[in-house]
Amino acid sequence: MSDGTTTVGRSATRRPARSGWVAWAYLAPALLIYGAFLLFPLGRAAQYSLFEWDGLGESTFVGLDNYVEILYDERLREAFWHALVLVFFYAVLPLAIGLVLAALLTRSQVRGLGFFRSVIFLPQVIAMVVVAVTWRQIYAPDGPLNGFLRLIGLDSLTRPWLGDYTFTLPAVGLIGTWVCTGLVTVLLMAGMSRVPRELYEAARLDGSGPVREFFAITLPTVRGEITVALTLTIVAALKTFDLVYVTTSGGPGTSTTVPSYEIYRRAFQLGDVGVATAVGIVLTIIVFAINGVVNMIGDRK
Amino acid sequence: MKVSPIERGANYLVLIGFALVVLGPIGVIVTMAFGPKDASAAREGGAFHPENFPEAWEIGRFGQYMLTSVVVATIVVVVSVLASILAGYALGTMRFRGATLVFYVFLLGIMVPTEAFIVPLYFDLRVLGLTNTVWGVALPQIAMSIAFGTYWMRTYFRTSSLALIEAARLDGASSMRILWQVLVPIGRPAILTLVLLVFMWTWNEFLIPLVMSPNGAVRTAPLGLAFFQGQYTQGTALLAAGAVMVALPVVLLYVFLQRHFIKGMIEGAVRE
Repeated sequence: MSDGTTTVGRSATRRPARSGWVAWAYLAPALLIYGAFLLFPLGRAAQYSLFEWDGLGESTFVGLDNYVEILYDERLREAFWHALVLVFFYAVLPLAIGLVLAALLTRSQVRGLGFFRSVIFLPQVIAMVVVAVTWRQIYAPDGPLNGFLRLIGLDSLTRPWLGDYTFTLPAVGLIGTWVCTGLVTVLLMAGMSRVPRELYEAARLDGSGPVREFFAITLPTVRGEITVALTLTIVAALKTFDLVYVTTSGGPGTSTTVPSYEIYRRAFQLGDVGVATAVGIVLTIIVFAINGVVNMIGDRK
Repeated sequence: MKVSPIERGANYLVLIGFALVVLGPIGVIVTMAFGPKDASAAREGGAFHPENFPEAWEIGRFGQYMLTSVVVATIVVVVSVLASILAGYALGTMRFRGATLVFYVFLLGIMVPTEAFIVPLYFDLRVLGLTNTVWGVALPQIAMSIAFGTYWMRTYFRTSSLALIEAARLDGASSMRILWQVLVPIGRPAILTLVLLVFMWTWNEFLIPLVMSPNGAVRTAPLGLAFFQGQYTQGTALLAAGAVMVALPVVLLYVFLQRHFIKGMIEGAVRE
């Protein structure tokens, strides 16, 4: 954004005309809809979060009580903790895999790279509900995953993956890994292809191996892409809703519940609108904070 | 760069391995969709059961849900892309007080999670009588798409040739004329990418239609699938067939226009 006005203002002849009301006329439709159906309700959320309301009757002003409840409600605390676990599966794991994959791919000219790129990106375009339904089948007690484990003689590992207190959250998380890895890899590949090949040739002449090359050349150049990939995937992890709704509904027990699922449950099933909106506001603050922190670290040279 | 044949071979192995990990689950669901739907269908023979699709379409009422999805997606794409073009044009080519602020306000909308504003929005739209209507489902998605779309079109208009605009202006063209007869025609690829992304996001959206139509009057295809899963518990073939049908429109577009999808999502993600 910093380059914005400076590039435009560089030469007087290329400067766009000043056009006060005309510009606002062009902006009007977008601002109107965006303001009415996103900005305004966002402000309303801040307001709602200060009231106790069941969605029907009278509302009572309770100040910050709803926010205090987030701290004391074990179920909500757990939900935020689960979101953090999902961050590992949606963001950290895909980044680790993506870095290795993208580095391998850019180092050597393998054929079919375009095809591969399209294939690993494919999960990004499939509706999350479809992904969830698919993996539910895969994880089913008599599904392909357990079938495969039995086939290779690992019967002891078979279990109802989505009905097990210990394994369900990681099982749901791995679906996120499956979805996010392609996006991260493609992003990193785009960044790595910017590195001039001569740099690698030179490193090769200096006798550095692939590992050193990776840390000395590749990693520093894709800093920006890593920042973007982390921001996108962390936010996706924090916002997980459909995946949990369709695969586990937060269960078994409360072992896979997440903030967005709790928002939905509280507001529309339990009639606890105040706490639900407070969770929404906290989630938004966390998303913005993570955006800020990741970008700050990413920008530092 | 030259790499040893061993490394090259290893790379191919890794590539194929990962492609299989990605394609495996997709293969599983497609195979299930064509599999026998119950024991009797299995006995009657044949491993290939395309009749699952019309049957799932019928039982799961996917015809109705797909139609709803098409209507919602059309409204969202048309309105949000038009509004985004106009707003992006203003932010990308004109100078006016408050431009930077407006830009940041739109940027905010790209980052805000739906969960943050959906709850009050539902209750306010309920008062207005808009819940359980197509507009109740479409308008919030239009607002979200406008946030990204304005950002996207602004980027395009900023890189489009200012000299061209200047020339057209000297010829006496009005700003509307410059937009629709000069910039939009040469910006077709950028606009196509935006249309595809907005279509995909709208088609795949789950939370908004779930919340905005509690009585199911405006049930989109993904919701239909989720409820089909809840109700239809015998056998998985019909459920799998439903899943394939819900994913198909976007996947088909992706197969033909994957460059636009990848470009849009990658470039859109890298906010300057």
